[in-house]
Amino acid sequence: MLHSSPSADGRNLAFLTRDLSKVYGEGPAAVHALRGVDLEIPEGELVVLLGPSGSGKSTLLNILGGIDRATSGQAFFLKEELTAMNDRQLTAYRRRHVGFVFQFYNLMPSLTAHENVDLVAEIAPSPMDAIDALDMVGLKNRATHFPSELSGGEQQRVAIARAIAKNPTVLFCDEPTGALDSQTGVSVLKALQDVNTRLGTTTLIITHAAATAAMADRVIHFADGQIREVIVNDHKASPEDISW
Amino acid sequence: MFPFISTLDRKLLRDLWRIKGQAAAIIFVIAAGISLFVMSHGMMVSLDETMRAYYERYRFADMYAPAKRAPDHLIEQLRALPGVNDVEGRISGGGLVALPDVSAPISARVLSFDPEARSPINNVHLSSGRMMSPTRSDEILLLKSFADAQGLEPGDPLSITMNGVRHEFVIAGLVLSPEFIYALPPGDFVPDPGRFAAIWANKETMEAAYDLDGAFNEAILTFAPGANEQFLIDELDRLLAPYGAVGAYARADQISNKFLVEELAQLKTMGRVMPPIFLAVSIFLLNVVITRLVQTEREQIGLIKAFGYSNGDVGWHYLKFVMAIALGGALVGWAGGFWLGRMIGEIYQAYFHFPFLVFVADFSTLGLVLAISAFAAAAGAWFAVRSAINLTPAVAMRPPAPPKFKSGDGFFRAVSRLLDQPSRMILRRLARQPLRAILTTFGIGAAMGLSVMMRFNVNATDYMLDVSFNVIDRSDVLVTFVEPLSDKTILELEGMEGVTLVEAFRSTPVMFRHEREQYLGAITGLPDNPTLNRAVDSNLQDVEVSGDGIVLSEKLAEILGVSVGDVLTVEVREGRRPTLEIPITGLVESLIGTPAYMDMSALNRRLKEPNRVSGAYMKIDWTRRDAVYDRIKAIPLVAGVSLRREAYENFDKMIEEGPGVFRHIMTVFSIVIAAGVVYNSARIAYIERQHDLASLRVLGFTKIETGYVLLGELALLTILALPIGSALGYLIWSYIATAMSTELYQIPTIYKENGLGFAAIIVFLATAVASAFVQNDVSKIEMATALKTRD
Repeated sequence: MLHSSPSADGRNLAFLTRDLSKVYGEGPAAVHALRGVDLEIPEGELVVLLGPSGSGKSTLLNILGGIDRATSGQAFFLKEELTAMNDRQLTAYRRRHVGFVFQFYNLMPSLTAHENVDLVAEIAPSPMDAIDALDMVGLKNRATHFPSELSGGEQQRVAIARAIAKNPTVLFCDEPTGALDSQTGVSVLKALQDVNTRLGTTTLIITHAAATAAMADRVIHFADGQIREVIVNDHKASPEDISW
Repeated sequence: MFPFISTLDRKLLRDLWRIKGQAAAIIFVIAAGISLFVMSHGMMVSLDETMRAYYERYRFADMYAPAKRAPDHLIEQLRALPGVNDVEGRISGGGLVALPDVSAPISARVLSFDPEARSPINNVHLSSGRMMSPTRSDEILLLKSFADAQGLEPGDPLSITMNGVRHEFVIAGLVLSPEFIYALPPGDFVPDPGRFAAIWANKETMEAAYDLDGAFNEAILTFAPGANEQFLIDELDRLLAPYGAVGAYARADQISNKFLVEELAQLKTMGRVMPPIFLAVSIFLLNVVITRLVQTEREQIGLIKAFGYSNGDVGWHYLKFVMAIALGGALVGWAGGFWLGRMIGEIYQAYFHFPFLVFVADFSTLGLVLAISAFAAAAGAWFAVRSAINLTPAVAMRPPAPPKFKSGDGFFRAVSRLLDQPSRMILRRLARQPLRAILTTFGIGAAMGLSVMMRFNVNATDYMLDVSFNVIDRSDVLVTFVEPLSDKTILELEGMEGVTLVEAFRSTPVMFRHEREQYLGAITGLPDNPTLNRAVDSNLQDVEVSGDGIVLSEKLAEILGVSVGDVLTVEVREGRRPTLEIPITGLVESLIGTPAYMDMSALNRRLKEPNRVSGAYMKIDWTRRDAVYDRIKAIPLVAGVSLRREAYENFDKMIEEGPGVFRHIMTVFSIVIAAGVVYNSARIAYIERQHDLASLRVLGFTKIETGYVLLGELALLTILALPIGSALGYLIWSYIATAMSTELYQIPTIYKENGLGFAAIIVFLATAVASAFVQNDVSKIEMATALKTRD
């Protein structure tokens, strides 16, 4: 399944990893979170990462997102080697290219929805308007509300708006629906798919819900720190059609 | 690792280790408050005991009765007075010491002493060398502080001019004496060890030198139990009247004792007033910090409960947690205070020239400080634990609902609009929990207040010295005469080569009486328009002294219970010893001593001693000072010469070595408290917001930008704390200055901006250091891990 060239099918690769490994701890207590992962993700795809807890998917996401470091191996974003970047460069990478969405939303409780989005827009080189970003996730009319005044699903959609407001090249979502009920989860997934189709943002989603895979371009199965299987999905389903 | 303790206790130990930096900061804060308290207490008790033991062991006289010349056989008559335990008649004479390398004249007090007496009154403590031989008339004992200041040792020769005749002696030994704990040159109010020599010589030598064969000129007494002081003064005055008595006085009026008691009183006030303030501040901080520390444990509390531990278990667990910190601080503070108390006791031992130190190991404070800190910590923990155990475990395990915020309205909204999002976060957080912001601000303010107060204290001392030596007394040399001389002597001084200005003064020792109050003091007669030695009020304005009235310092008026218009009874203690009735024409707020001023010619007129002077303040050409000194030394009736510049420097140095150490310790403690508070505030804020900060880092904020959200808040609170700290420092200082003012020194409540500046710099430095530590924490945030944990 592995492609040896960066543009095997004619598209540019958003990410490429070679023998990527991550070990936590040392000696007998060492945990091998990633064991030599080779991966290629073309630009613009919506990729779902599946696998049991501790299989290494979050670790991969964190390394590709520039918030964790690999122990060995290489990871490339476009032509740049992430694994060779220093702290300052990684910060710049996150600032310019990466949008994050987390299971627990991670909104700033002291800022309104609009301001949470602005928080990122203020430091991004070419952000979109905060209201437009909120509009994309259907929350334009909730812009002046604080996180405490929003439901879980709404908070997560604000987090998505915040992530896309910078016009990111890639969007990372770690269990974005993990804390939500199914109906709310669907609205969040819909927002993510919208962003992917309308803006062409390469999107990586970690989930436990296998059904989510139906909406992906590509599904990567993880187990024991390795890629077990990569499935390219030619018939993407809409989130509303996914059964939970 | 700890097989004998429960799992929860193991958690406790590990938690303590986890927050070791913070725990250490809290321990320092509480230890600073407590050690100062313990130190002062130990030091005060020890110094009191030392003074008491010193006086007792060396039989420090209870009463002094000076006269011109009383026959030795009178002693037995004095001994027979009721209430007298022992009496000795001695010869006490003024003199001048000549040292080969010192051109300036040095005043001396020479006392007769029997080297063979087993336990004489006013015994001396031989510090080095040996006792003088009773058979050798050329041997003397010398006061150690003078010998040290001048580099003299046993075996060295010493020339002393007594009664106008120069005598050559050999120093047999160096001694300490309870009579000269403070070595004050005549006419001076600041001790000057290198300018005043106390000397002990054989009685025969003294009889010959002062022409007092078979006689004494000072009786010294010790009391038997139940002695009536006033009765004895009256009896001594009566019995010695034919022999030129100038008035007996009790130990309380003995000059060295008076200064020592005053100094100890001041020290005690400082030790009584300041440490509780430090302690109160540190206890307050302990409470605040513990409350917030336990609040950050909220989730864990829920978790422990979920495992099935009861509220009681959880409460007990956290009580032990805070107790470990508080009691740790109390013990460190107590041990530190104990050690510091001993150290400062030794410093004061050297400062006062005590031959020994009775160090009282004071355990009474241990229980007290443990109880105080335990209570403060428990109260702080209680508030925090109570709210946490009221949560059901499920609530604590669930992701916490985002705290509620409001946009605010009006002014706040307007300000908000001008700010970027991180700044808004800072403002909203402060607005959301104003109480916490107020407590933190107040804590920093309180710590700053201590620094402000300490700085004001230093300023006040500097100010007093400055006023004494640069405003009141602007002379170079002060000459005092053995007895009032004709003002023709002034002409002689004026005629000396190198003397540019001479200003005579008249000073006479008196007993002030008004109704039942009395006070042994002196009246200073000032010439018209004095320039070298002036009477000034607390605003440094010249005091108008004219006519026949007397102007009293407010402190003296307060002691005597008099006011302007009252007529004061004044018993003169020299010459013909008249009793005068003098109207009070003015009061003046003085800084040093309890002065009483009169116009010099009016005073002389009332004394019926026209044109008499007691001494003179002189301005000299500094380059020709040696010539001036030589001429002064040649005047037979000079009792003392004081060089003002040296006196100033010595006094400054002395304060720096004695009370200065105490002040430095307190200043250091105020810095420790400030740093501890700021660091803890920053650390706790960091823990509370670790999650938000990690999110910011993930969003692409740099370390500095992320740190701003946290440290900006701290900086804002610190800035808000500045006026609070200034106000608190001002209040504390006003209180302390009033409490510490004594008869001899009225502490001026001056407030200099540099005191505030100094404290502000300390607080800012503390903030900067604490910020650096916390910024370091921010830099090390593990984004991936931080985001997995919810709070």
